[in-house]
Amino acid sequence: MSTAPGVARKRRRLTAAQRENRAGLAFVSPTFLVVLVVVIVPILWTVLLAFQHAKLVDIQGMGIFGNWTFANFTEVFTSPGFWSSLFTTLAYTVGGTAGSVLLGLIAALALRKPFRGRGLLRSTMLLPYVAPVVAVAFVWETALSPQYGIVNQWGGKLLGWDNPIAFLSTRSYQVDVFGWHVGVPLALLTVIAFETWRYFPFAFLFLLARLQAVPGGLEEAARVDGATPTQRFRYVLLPQLMPVIALLCVLRFIMTFNKFDDVYLLTGGGSGTDVVAVRVYDFLTANFDVGAAAAQALVLAFVLMVLLGIYFKFFAKKVQEEA
Amino acid sequence: MTRAQFEERFFGVARWVVIVLLALITLVPFYYMLLLSVKPIDALLLDPGSMWVSAKDFTLATYENVLRPTSDGGQGFLRLLRNSALVSLGTVVLTLAAAVPGAYAISRLRFFGGRQVSALFLAVYLFPATLLAVPLFVMFARAGLSGSLVGLAVVYIAQTVPVSIYMLKNYFVTIPASVEEAAALDGASRLQTVRKVVLPLALPSLMATGLYIFMIAWNEFLFALLFLAASPGKWTVSLGLQQLSNGIEVPKTVLMAGSVVLTIPVVLLFYAAERLLTEGLTSGADKG
Repeated sequence: MSTAPGVARKRRRLTAAQRENRAGLAFVSPTFLVVLVVVIVPILWTVLLAFQHAKLVDIQGMGIFGNWTFANFTEVFTSPGFWSSLFTTLAYTVGGTAGSVLLGLIAALALRKPFRGRGLLRSTMLLPYVAPVVAVAFVWETALSPQYGIVNQWGGKLLGWDNPIAFLSTRSYQVDVFGWHVGVPLALLTVIAFETWRYFPFAFLFLLARLQAVPGGLEEAARVDGATPTQRFRYVLLPQLMPVIALLCVLRFIMTFNKFDDVYLLTGGGSGTDVVAVRVYDFLTANFDVGAAAAQALVLAFVLMVLLGIYFKFFAKKVQEEA
Repeated sequence: MTRAQFEERFFGVARWVVIVLLALITLVPFYYMLLLSVKPIDALLLDPGSMWVSAKDFTLATYENVLRPTSDGGQGFLRLLRNSALVSLGTVVLTLAAAVPGAYAISRLRFFGGRQVSALFLAVYLFPATLLAVPLFVMFARAGLSGSLVGLAVVYIAQTVPVSIYMLKNYFVTIPASVEEAAALDGASRLQTVRKVVLPLALPSLMATGLYIFMIAWNEFLFALLFLAASPGKWTVSLGLQQLSNGIEVPKTVLMAGSVVLTIPVVLLFYAAERLLTEGLTSGADKG
């Protein structure tokens, strides 16, 4: 593009389009530089590290290339709990995504029509999302504590729990349902509940914005035709909301799949909440095994890519068509 | 009663039940945090189920403990607050400095790769922070930036710049191009146009974006943990609070006071600019 067609033109001033091109590139370059240094280069380096013997101690002296090996991947795939951790990550992600989008949808529908104090409630409901994760995780931890937590106190008083329940450290809570002993993965469910609570405001915000842009005439027409509220929701509102819901699900899925802090702060990855992101951290800090951590992180990213690929290949179009 | 009538009545009631429940689940945890932070630990252990604090129990000693410098036997949170503020404000300034020209170029200028570049930036969020954490950890160790607030701010810029560009771009496209053309006719250069015409018009969006960046940086935990854990003098409030919880013999009430100290700046900022922020985030979403 910058190659000038002739000497005669080169002497002349640049054309407007050329100047625009240059300005554009110049304006984007600071951002591009930061992203390159702090995102793209590290990602490429992760790929390299995953195929190398790399402990943190010797990484200072070693070159970028060399020491090629597949040992990290063998270690990751054969390490105890790898597959169960992948399954936990999936369950956590699906649960957290579905929970937050669903609760966000319910909240958006409830707050759709104006009432006194709606503005205040709307902003207040965003608090779980804007508050620092460390602070809210500690509040949950304290409230759910078996010794001094308020939930167990009130549960005992109002719901008649016999013994305090250790929500965050019970891998499998035994429940009798019609004589069947069922193990409920309590810690995992608690973490999912936390995820739902913390991120429903995000879904709520976007769904409410979309709901308020739905033309009033559509619903009015359906009402005149005798459609009940559930029918109006199913056949009028839902198709309008579907693209936003799909987008939110994809976004939340990506974010939750890679989530580290929430689980780490609540359970430390114990009691059946061993999501892969926490395992990467453990590889890195407990064993200083950079190679294995990189391989584990890469496997996580790869699984996410495959899932997203499947979604966009088979389902994204369908959502578009239905909408 | 017809089905339609029944449903109208049912949802009329259900709506209020949902509204009350939502208000409860969002407010009670924060109330609980505030409540425990002004109680002595004995009062908590004596009656864990209590939802208020009696006048004779009320104490601010927990806050004193949290804020007093470590040399006086406190937890030194004032210093951590300063660290967090430095990192967050630095991130806001630098991210905006990079994102404003970027967003302007993407929304206004036609240039080589201009269409792909915004998608490329958003792809940053596809990669887990943990994936970036490993090489960044090593890179920073090599560059001598581990344990430095500057290194942390650089990582935060990369994490916040894509969403900032997205938010700013959505606003820039709503500014009529004719305003800029008028400035250009008056002989203003491209940079002058951006600085004197576009930026003043985009001020609300700039503030909303800056606020969002500030919140992300203030709340961030993983990178702070990885880069700063070994240097207590540089801890951010989030990290300091988490390390405090690992410490022996720190009463839960002190921990809650720390949580309040961590939460208050973000919540105050949020309420001050809530309308700006929600509009900045969702503009574009209502177009389907």
